[in-house]
Amino acid sequence: MNTPEPGGSLHNAFRSATRSVTLVARRELRTKLRNRAFLLGTVAIIAAIGGFILLQMTLLAGAGTSTVALAGQATHISAELERNAEQLGLTVETTTIDGDEARTAVEAGDVDAVVEGSPSEFHVLVESDLNERLELALSAITQQQVMTAALAQAGVDNPAAVMAQASEADVDVTALSGTTPEDNQRLIVGAIMAFLLFFSITTYGAYVAQGVVEEKSSRVVEILLSTIRPWQLLLGKVAGLGLVGLSQLVIIGGAGLVLATATGVLEVTGVAVGTLAWGVLWYLLGFFLYATIYAAAASLVSRQEDLQSVLTPVTIILVGGFVAGFNVMLHDPGSTAAVVLSLVPLLAPILLPGRIAAGDIAAWEIGTAIGLTLLAVAALTWLGSTVYRNAILHMGSRIKLTAALRQART
Amino acid sequence: MLEVIELTKRYGDITALEKVSFTVRSGELFGFVGSNGAGKTTAMRIMLGVLAQDAGRVRFDGNVITPEVRARFGYMPEERGLYPKMKVLDQLTYLAQLHGRSANAAHTAAEHWLARLDLRERRHDEVQKLSLGNQQRVQLAAALVHEPTVLVLDEPFSGLDPVAVDMMSGVLREQAAAGVPIVFSSHQLDLVERLCDRVGIIRNGQMVATGTVEELSAGAVSQLRVVVPGAPAGWARGLDGTRVLSEQDSTTLLELEPDADEQAVLRAAMEHGPVTEFSKHRLSLAELFRHVVTEGSAA
Repeated sequence: MNTPEPGGSLHNAFRSATRSVTLVARRELRTKLRNRAFLLGTVAIIAAIGGFILLQMTLLAGAGTSTVALAGQATHISAELERNAEQLGLTVETTTIDGDEARTAVEAGDVDAVVEGSPSEFHVLVESDLNERLELALSAITQQQVMTAALAQAGVDNPAAVMAQASEADVDVTALSGTTPEDNQRLIVGAIMAFLLFFSITTYGAYVAQGVVEEKSSRVVEILLSTIRPWQLLLGKVAGLGLVGLSQLVIIGGAGLVLATATGVLEVTGVAVGTLAWGVLWYLLGFFLYATIYAAAASLVSRQEDLQSVLTPVTIILVGGFVAGFNVMLHDPGSTAAVVLSLVPLLAPILLPGRIAAGDIAAWEIGTAIGLTLLAVAALTWLGSTVYRNAILHMGSRIKLTAALRQART
Repeated sequence: MLEVIELTKRYGDITALEKVSFTVRSGELFGFVGSNGAGKTTAMRIMLGVLAQDAGRVRFDGNVITPEVRARFGYMPEERGLYPKMKVLDQLTYLAQLHGRSANAAHTAAEHWLARLDLRERRHDEVQKLSLGNQQRVQLAAALVHEPTVLVLDEPFSGLDPVAVDMMSGVLREQAAAGVPIVFSSHQLDLVERLCDRVGIIRNGQMVATGTVEELSAGAVSQLRVVVPGAPAGWARGLDGTRVLSEQDSTTLLELEPDADEQAVLRAAMEHGPVTEFSKHRLSLAELFRHVVTEGSAA
């Protein structure tokens, strides 16, 4: 190609290049935003996240409280039962009931359990099975009752004092690493972020690939390349589609955050906001990393039907990395495998934000991962745009990757 | 003025273009003819910067072509193509903007060309919903919508119906009259002869002839038709600078070398009886082309 005149206005060249890239990006942006698929896809994912949150809510609500009706002698244990259950992390609401109505109340679902009988021999009526923690709380009362009676029989003056002393005895626990409910929440937030990133990068990467082949198969690319350079077309396409993907990620992430915080499911809002912010950065890195690979792969073929064959290797890397890394991370985010995998440039954009959310990560790891990914972006952008430039006007049969690269040197 | 200077392009051992040169002046229609694979499309792609040459230059108004200058060129590739799912008006506006027009100017020009090419009612339709003929018109509009300073059209007449051919010819003449240098390739040689100011014939990547059709035919062989009733058969054989093509009854058809004297033939004919018909026929572009191409394959 003719080189611009030496001494000719570099400034003008830069301005016209920027203008071309912006025009291409804007066309991509408009085309996608006007497309119903964007709206429907976004709504569907938000709905799915909403569903997940609702499920969490019911599980939380169901797991946390239990209604117990007490009948006969058991009516006296109400305070003790509530206290015991509280220690086990269960909120118990007690009511009294007439023994005859027990069965009806349980069957109607008004109460979770009806407790009858003397404290030394409770009889519990439930629909299907007894909540484990409720059972423990009741057993404790029975055991206490039995032991107090036994102590009195053995001639102990003040059985209650002995019991009090016994209950104060405790084990001294030193945790080397433990999971708290907050850790679990962090892990879930991290996993959701990893999934969103995986989804965004694969979806919008595929859009880039489809766009490249559409321009090739419709032959419009030759008209475009008679007025703008290949890199401008490529960059405009990647930037435009990347922006659409970014806005979708932020909309979905933001909506999920608001929903989860408003419903009280999410207790680590600060962590989640931080994760979303990191997610945006990693989306940008990851998208630029993969978009040029997708574009280069797509430029090798001339028809949409042939697209799958060249995209499969790229997809395998992404899916394989996602599945393997995801499992390792959920199992133990601090394990060596998780650390190593999350530093690999092609996997880092999906796995690292998850690890950041989980919290168990050193600053040097984040820095190293960003540095390595940036290097990979630079290398792959160079390689990808070379392949794209050489293959984009080659019509007909699929061009070999090596051929597309070799042409670059001549 | 568009100057193509000694363009050379090789694909491995194959030479696609070998020092191809020609000039298209402002307001001139230049016809580019040659067999399939002779190098027309390669040369045009290089002129548009879609393809890189191995050697040689293309200049416009005496200067090297910068991307900004080239952005004002209009191009119709041999492989037609537009975004199938983009609306006609949006598409033309977009292309005009890519060629450097402002948003407003692009929109106005797109509307203008849609009206000019009878596509106004279809302007909000997707390109893929148009008939093939209408798609061709949009393609032409795409080459013209940014008020090009140069037009390069690869086979603009292929696949057009006669009405569309007239429309295309009209638009090209109009653009040339406005001072735009135009290069187009075509296999319809009668059309090229009728339309073009000058032509260039390319064979195996080499430019073998450029000039007006008159200039080319003046430099080539011509044909003489001589009718001499009663003359003995074979009267014309062996005349200097001629070759007998056919002899039928009293009619003899001769091929005349470019520098041969037809008056000598007339005098020879008159010696054998009264000459009732004597006509010289210059080769048409189609005949010239065939001549040049067979000469090449014989050589």
